[in-house]
Amino acid sequence: MNAQIPAIAVHDLTLAYQDKAVLWDIDIEIPQGVLVAIVGPNGAGKTTLLKAILGLLKPASGQVQVMGLPYKQQRHVVGYVPQRTSVDWDFPTTVRDVVMMGRYGQMGWFGRPSADDKSRVDAALEQVNMTEFADRHISALSGGQQQRVFLARALVQDAMIYLMDEPFVGVDVATEKAIVSVLQDLRKAGKTLLVVHHDLQTLTSYFDWALLLNVRQIAVGPVQEVITDENLRAAYGGRSAFFEVPGA
Amino acid sequence: MILDYTLLIVGSGALILGTVSGALGCFALLRKQSLLGDAISHAALPGLCIAFLLTWTKSPWVLALGALLAGWLGVLIVSGLRRFTPLKDDAALGFILSVFFGLGMVLMSIIQRLPTSNQSGLGTYLFGSAATMLRSDVIMMAILGSAVLGLLILLWQHFKVFTFDPAFAKSLGLKTAILEILLTGMIVIAIVIGLQSVGVVLMSALLVAPAAAARQWTHRLGMMVFLAAGIGAFSALSGAWISSLIPKLPTGPVIVLVLSAIVLVSLLKQMRKGNS
Repeated sequence: MNAQIPAIAVHDLTLAYQDKAVLWDIDIEIPQGVLVAIVGPNGAGKTTLLKAILGLLKPASGQVQVMGLPYKQQRHVVGYVPQRTSVDWDFPTTVRDVVMMGRYGQMGWFGRPSADDKSRVDAALEQVNMTEFADRHISALSGGQQQRVFLARALVQDAMIYLMDEPFVGVDVATEKAIVSVLQDLRKAGKTLLVVHHDLQTLTSYFDWALLLNVRQIAVGPVQEVITDENLRAAYGGRSAFFEVPGA
Repeated sequence: MILDYTLLIVGSGALILGTVSGALGCFALLRKQSLLGDAISHAALPGLCIAFLLTWTKSPWVLALGALLAGWLGVLIVSGLRRFTPLKDDAALGFILSVFFGLGMVLMSIIQRLPTSNQSGLGTYLFGSAATMLRSDVIMMAILGSAVLGLLILLWQHFKVFTFDPAFAKSLGLKTAILEILLTGMIVIAIVIGLQSVGVVLMSALLVAPAAAARQWTHRLGMMVFLAAGIGAFSALSGAWISSLIPKLPTGPVIVLVLSAIVLVSLLKQMRKGNS
C-alpha cells in the first residue's frame, strides 16, 4: 500500500448533541506510522472524535477516510480500545474470552475460533504480561489489569491503525510502562496510533505527534510544535497555568 | 399408568417454557433489561384479547401472534419514548406496562361478558394455568422454543460480545442493529411461550430469576445460560405439578415461589462466600 496515503484523513467533521457543537470543523491528516496523542480539556470532544472516526456516532457533516478509503470499507484495518469503564466488568467471562472477542470480526456469522486465533490470543496475553491471568474471571482484575486485557483484545485484531480511549487513566505505574512499551513496539512495526491522553507531562516522552483539541482543533503536528504556550492557552484557557510545558 | 397423557403434555410444555425463558433471561439480565420483560409480558395481554376478538378462536398460533405483535409494539413505544421524550427508561417502562395491562383488562372483561362459551380459558392468562395446555399449545411452544435456542447457539459469539461491549462489537463490523432486533425478538418469544402457563403478571420472574440465581454459581456465560435453563425448567415443572394437586391454584404464583427459594439459596451461598 502507498506509504504516502494518510492513515486517517478527517475532512470538515462537525458533530452536535441537541444543537450544541461537540466537534466543530475538524480537518486533520495523520500520516502512517506515527504515535499521536489527542489532548484537550474535559469536554473537548476527544472521545467523540474517536467514536466519529469509528462510525459509532453520526456526524452532522464531514467524512472520514482510512488509508484512502471510506471507513466502512476499511473497518478491518482499525483496532479499538474503548474506555475501560465503558463495560461492566462483572460480566461472566474470563480474560482469555474477552481477548478472543478481538478475533470475532474475522470469523463471520457462524465462525468458531481456530487454532490460529487461539495462538494469537496467547501471544497477545504474553505481550501485555497477562499470561498467568488468562483463565481468571474478569471481575477479579485490578484497573491496570483490565486495561491490559482491553489492549490485548485490540492487539489480536491485527490492525494497521489503533484508536485508544484513555488507556492510561486509573492504571498503576507498571501497567503504564507496559502499555507505553506496547505502543512503541506497534509504532516501530509501522502501525498508526491515535491515543486519547490526559497527562501533558508525559506527552513528549511517549508520543511523536499531538492533536490539541477543544471542540475546534487548536493544532496538530509533531509534539514540540503543537505544545506551545499560545496553543495551550487557546485550548485550556487560564487553566494552562497548572501545567509546566516540557522543555519550555 | 404413571405417565398419563395430560401429565406428559403439561410436563413437556413446562420443560420447554422454563428452559427457553431461563436461557434468554440471562441476556435480559446482563443487558440490564430485567424490567423490559415485565413490560413485554403485560403488553402482550391486549394482543391476546384482540387476536381472540378478531378470530373467535383460541388457536395457540393466533393467540401467540397477537401476544408477539403487542409485546413488540410495547418495546417499540418504550424505545420511542426514550428517544423522543425526556422520559427516562424506568418511567417509560412503567408507563407502557400499566397502559397496555389496563387496556388488556378492559378487553378481557368485555370478552368474558360475551354470550358464548368459547371464551372460557382466556382468564387463565392472568396468573397462568399449566393444566390448560393442549397438545397444539405444546407443539407451538416446541417449534418457537427450538427456533430461539437454535439461533442463540448459532450466533452465540455475536450475542456474547454484543452484550458485553456493544460499541466494540460495532467497531468489529458486526451488524449490531440486527443483533439488537434478534435478541429482543427472542426475549419476546420466550415470554410469549410462557404466558399461558405462568400468566402475564408473573412471567418476567421466570425470565430474570433463573438468570439471577445461576449467576451466583458460575463465572462463565455458557455455564450461566445452561444453569439458568435448568433452573427455569425445574421451577416450571415443579410449579405445574404442585398447582395440579390443589384445585383452582394458578401455576404462575407457585412457580414464582419455587424460584424465589432457589434465588434465596443462591444469594445466601454467595453472601457466605463474600464474608469468609
